Amino acid sequence: MSTMLEIQGLTKSFGPFTAVDDVSFSVESGEVLGFLGPNGAGKSTTMKMVTGFLSPTAGTAVVCGKDVTRDPIAVKRHIGYLPEGAPLYDDMTPAGLLSFVSDVRGLSGAARSTAIDHAVSRLQLDEVYNQQIGTLSKGFKRRVGLSQAILHDPDVLILDEPTDGLDPNQKHQVRELIGEMSKDKAIVISTHLLEEVDAVCSRAVVIARGKKVADGTPADLERQSTYYNAVSIRVHSDHVDSVQAALDGIGDVDRIETADTDGEIAHVIVVAKSGAAIVETVNARMREKGIPIEQLYVERGRLDDVFRQITGGRQGEIS
Amino acid sequence: MSKAIAISRRELVAYFSTPLAYVFIVIFLALAGATTFYFGGFFQRGQADLQSFFSFHPWLYLFLIPAVGMRLWAEERKSGTIELLMTLPVSTTQAVVGKFVAAWLFTGIALALTFPIWITVNMLGSPDNGVIFAGYVASFLMAGAFLAIGSFVSALTRNQVIAFVISAAACFIFMMSGLEPVQSAFRGWASAFVVDLVASLSFLTHFDAITRGVFDLRDFIYLSSVIGVFLFANVVVVDLKKGS
Ligand SMILES: Nc1ncnc2c1ncn2[C@@H]1O[C@H](COP(=O)(O)OP(=O)(O)OP(=O)(O)O)[C@@H](O)[C@H]1O
Ligand SMILES: [Mg+2]
Repeated sequence: MSTMLEIQGLTKSFGPFTAVDDVSFSVESGEVLGFLGPNGAGKSTTMKMVTGFLSPTAGTAVVCGKDVTRDPIAVKRHIGYLPEGAPLYDDMTPAGLLSFVSDVRGLSGAARSTAIDHAVSRLQLDEVYNQQIGTLSKGFKRRVGLSQAILHDPDVLILDEPTDGLDPNQKHQVRELIGEMSKDKAIVISTHLLEEVDAVCSRAVVIARGKKVADGTPADLERQSTYYNAVSIRVHSDHVDSVQAALDGIGDVDRIETADTDGEIAHVIVVAKSGAAIVETVNARMREKGIPIEQLYVERGRLDDVFRQITGGRQGEIS
Repeated sequence: MSKAIAISRRELVAYFSTPLAYVFIVIFLALAGATTFYFGGFFQRGQADLQSFFSFHPWLYLFLIPAVGMRLWAEERKSGTIELLMTLPVSTTQAVVGKFVAAWLFTGIALALTFPIWITVNMLGSPDNGVIFAGYVASFLMAGAFLAIGSFVSALTRNQVIAFVISAAACFIFMMSGLEPVQSAFRGWASAFVVDLVASLSFLTHFDAITRGVFDLRDFIYLSSVIGVFLFANVVVVDLKKGS
């Protein structure tokens, strides 16, 4: 594995407002990095600086050994980029667009037709290949945008909300495509969908108000959840009190929450102190007191909780 | 270079995939013909030259060229495609020149389609074809100068209507600066040097000289420098404004 993308102290100010504040991280080949953050956190602005569209106020990004502030053209050669909202020339057809992008990227001859065929078949664009882009559905537009990003088989893929507005089938297809391509590439995707992080990302970086607030594998992040290793118990609602009595005084238990009561069945969540493993003890106590359990399982930790915890979602900024 | 050509080609194809191209060409040809024959007194003058044809070009260009130039950058910014274009491995200069050349070639096509009038004047008499050729070159250069102004203005705004109005006004000022009303406005307070300088910036002064057959290389150089200066400013503005 080698480092394909290295972001070093990237900062962008718009007048007095700092949209991206000293963000650093690197992405290796083979990694799919989920870039998360609430609306306005600075994800798109960071991506625009990495792809050479905006010049940073401070810091830089190094892509395959090239510094974007010194040699933006070389960086752009290595990157495939899907801008937010997939802007495209509406009066062109996918055929015309891919041919234009091939020209600008210097693809010619056999390499050019292979690249175009490959992009078209990977994103299943055959049926709309000669239709005006302006008349395509949102899903197809997104796929055309993706096809131009992967056309030259780039080393680094930067995709700003690649599955936004796609139906569940197409979301699945795009995630599969990202997974397939990740073997020999470094991929960065921004997303608001936390399930997407679980589905495709090997790592996640979270930013809030322009600052990096977390960086780790999805499992690392889940571990930060207050619900990590919590034990969920479903019992008949008559037994809720005895459950609480039974679990009283376990050292590693932080608190006991009674969640929604669904008719006869109550849902009790035993939250562990700093993620300690409590399931054995809880289970033993329950059996000791002979409380009949409908269901008992260990929580993995919830990404959306972590997200809210670390990005300060209480201010109502959550996406 | 090949990248600028790719950008030009894309633009040119885009012109002809919308009605804009055909509307522009038809209106340009109709107005060029009408002004020459009705207002210019082409036949009445009884002279085998195209002065009556060329003398109206600045006025036609005044509102037709800003209509071509207004979309060059404003549309890219409004639709967000500027982000697609400028994250391809092209320099801002290549993009600016590529787009400008496409628009210029397009106006050149419209101008070239006036060739029947050149044939007509040759059938009616024996004109000085050298002067006519120089007139075509000058007209093409002037279209380029108007277009460079239009392209520059178009990079300043996302709004095409604003781009149209401002570039038409800017072109008008450039055109008129040699004429009496503008000159007298300056003569009151400015030194003779400034008055002459303002006059020397006038498109009309330079253009008329060429089409009258007064051949001075400086007139061609002037029009070419206007193109150069505004394209340079265009590059600066695109770099400054692309992200906002
Ligand atoms: N050109 C600009 N001028 C001024 N402020 C800007 C500009 N571009 C972005 N911003 C501000 O920078 C902040 C970050 O914006 P950005 O688009 O990067 O957020 P984001 O994380 O991509 O959000 P979202 O999830 O909504 O796409 C926002 O507050 C935005 O208003
Ligand atoms: Mg964004």
